[in-house]
Order: sequence, then structure tokens, then C-alpha cells
Amino acid sequence: MPKVEFNVDRCKGCELCAVFCPQKIIKLSEGINKLGYHPATVKEMEKCTGCAICARVCPDCVIKVYK
Amino acid sequence: MKVVFERPRALSDVTTHYCPGCTHGIIHRLVAEVIDELGILERTIGVAPVGCAVLAYNYLECDWQQAAHGRAPAVATGIKRALPDRVVFTYQGDGDLASIGTAEIVHAANRGERITVIYVNNAIYGMTGGQMAPTTLEGQVTATSPRGRDIKQAGHPMRMAEMLATLPGVSYLARVAVNKPANIMKAKKAIKQAFMVQIDDLGFGMVEILSTCPTNWGLQPAKAMEWVDEKMIPYYPLGEFKVPGEVK
Repeated sequence: MPKVEFNVDRCKGCELCAVFCPQKIIKLSEGINKLGYHPATVKEMEKCTGCAICARVCPDCVIKVYK
Repeated sequence: MKVVFERPRALSDVTTHYCPGCTHGIIHRLVAEVIDELGILERTIGVAPVGCAVLAYNYLECDWQQAAHGRAPAVATGIKRALPDRVVFTYQGDGDLASIGTAEIVHAANRGERITVIYVNNAIYGMTGGQMAPTTLEGQVTATSPRGRDIKQAGHPMRMAEMLATLPGVSYLARVAVNKPANIMKAKKAIKQAFMVQIDDLGFGMVEILSTCPTNWGLQPAKAMEWVDEKMIPYYPLGEFKVPGEVK
């Protein structure tokens, strides 16, 4: 099953991944990371198609995609 | 299950100093992907500008030289002529390339230097706090144009790609954007082409990349991406202005 992995402490919470995700499954976490931002996360990973659009729009190369 | 997307080898595994949502990070990654795909990391030398991207040498794993403000094309000329087997590129913003460095870029292009120029245009001075740049759009509010850019007073936003495309030394020149996934893919193709014309010894290659500055534009990152579509692309049309062997 496709999945994405976030390098949580690199995320600056810009939400570009969330906006461009065709499945709309990316949200910002409640907690904060080492940089002080709310990092992006996926709750319903089973809906991920592994399209990698989130990773391609991420300015901080936070996301690794498996398919 | 295999990895379908990960950090390119040429991109350093560090946190950048860029603001959240700044597309410099996307452009760095595209350059790194192209360097990886062409297998040229060990023989590539970048020339960093003055501006937000001044620290680019911390983010890409190739060799680097940092140039005085606007002088990256002149420094790249020297490096390329001394070491012609290296792949030399400059990475410059609009304040660096289109303002203080206008003379250097025009003459390097006109000489047909075998260098690649990555020109990041976000229509504002980023590092110094959002002042009006030569590329700032008509009516755009900045720290030094609080009532919007007045064409009568400040002149027209400068279209560098169109201007440089008239020079015979230029082999490849395109304008792309990184404001949505499809445009990001096209941007990567153009960056690759701009490196290829150097490797194939065809002449000067440049890509103008429409970028965002959410902080100084005063917009959320996603809104800034839309602003590129709404405001920038109508004035700075995307496309290839010159490809090897023909003038468009």
C-alpha cells in the first residue's frame, strides 16, 4: 500500500502539501516540532495513492514517498 | 514497496533558512535532481548570489563560489574559462540579476558564455525586507512602493527573458513557474535543458523561474502560489523563448 513519510522536524508547516494533495488527507498536527511549527501529517494513510505531488511541492524536502 | 520519491543526492540533508512556503526550496531540489540525473555532481560548480539564496552553498552538494552582488555571471565566466570541463551555473534572484547585476548578465549572455543561469524572479527584494525590485509589478505594494509601483516614477517591470533572448550568444532561454505540480515538472525539464546546452557546448543557457515570497508579499504560501497565476504569469508569460538552433 502506498504511503508517505514525513521528516517531521524539517517541516515548516507551510501547508502546500495539504493544499495540493488530491486526496486531501494531509493536515497540520496539533503538536509542534523542533523548529516550532505544526508539522504536516497524514491520518488516513490508507487513502494515499503514492502520487508524490505533496513531495514535489514541498519546499523543504520533508516527504519520502513509497509505492 | 519501493521508494518513488526521496531527497536527491545532490541536495544537502539540512534545514534551510528559507521562510515557510518559500519556493527557493523547490527550485534547489529541481537543480539537485537535474544534477543527479545528469551525473555531474562531482564536476559542477555553483556561483551563489547576494540575496536570500546567498547560502545556497550550504544546500547543494556541489562546489560553490559566492560572488559579489550581481557579479555571479562574471565569476562564472572566469571559472568556466579556467576549468572548461566543469559544469558551471549561477543561482540568482531578481534583485541580483535584474538590478545590480544587469550589466554582467547581459554581457555574459551576449558573449555566449558556456554557463547556466538559474534566475529566480519573485518580483521583490526578499532578503532586505521586501523593497521594490526592477521586476515588481505595476501597482504592487512593497516596502518602498507603499501606494503600489508607479510606472511613471519607477518604470516598467523588466522582462529579462525576452530581453536576453534577442542576443545571439544565448542558446536556451525559458521562463517557467513553480507554483503548481504541473509547472514544477515543466520547470525541471527547462533546467535540464539549460544544463544540457552547456554540456553540449552550444552556448549560454538560462531559465527564469517565477517564484514566491509569501513573507514579503504578505500572503499565505498557498495564496502566494495563486498570486503567481493571477498576477505574475499574465505579465511574465511562460514558455521557451529560445531553443538551440532557432530564434523564436
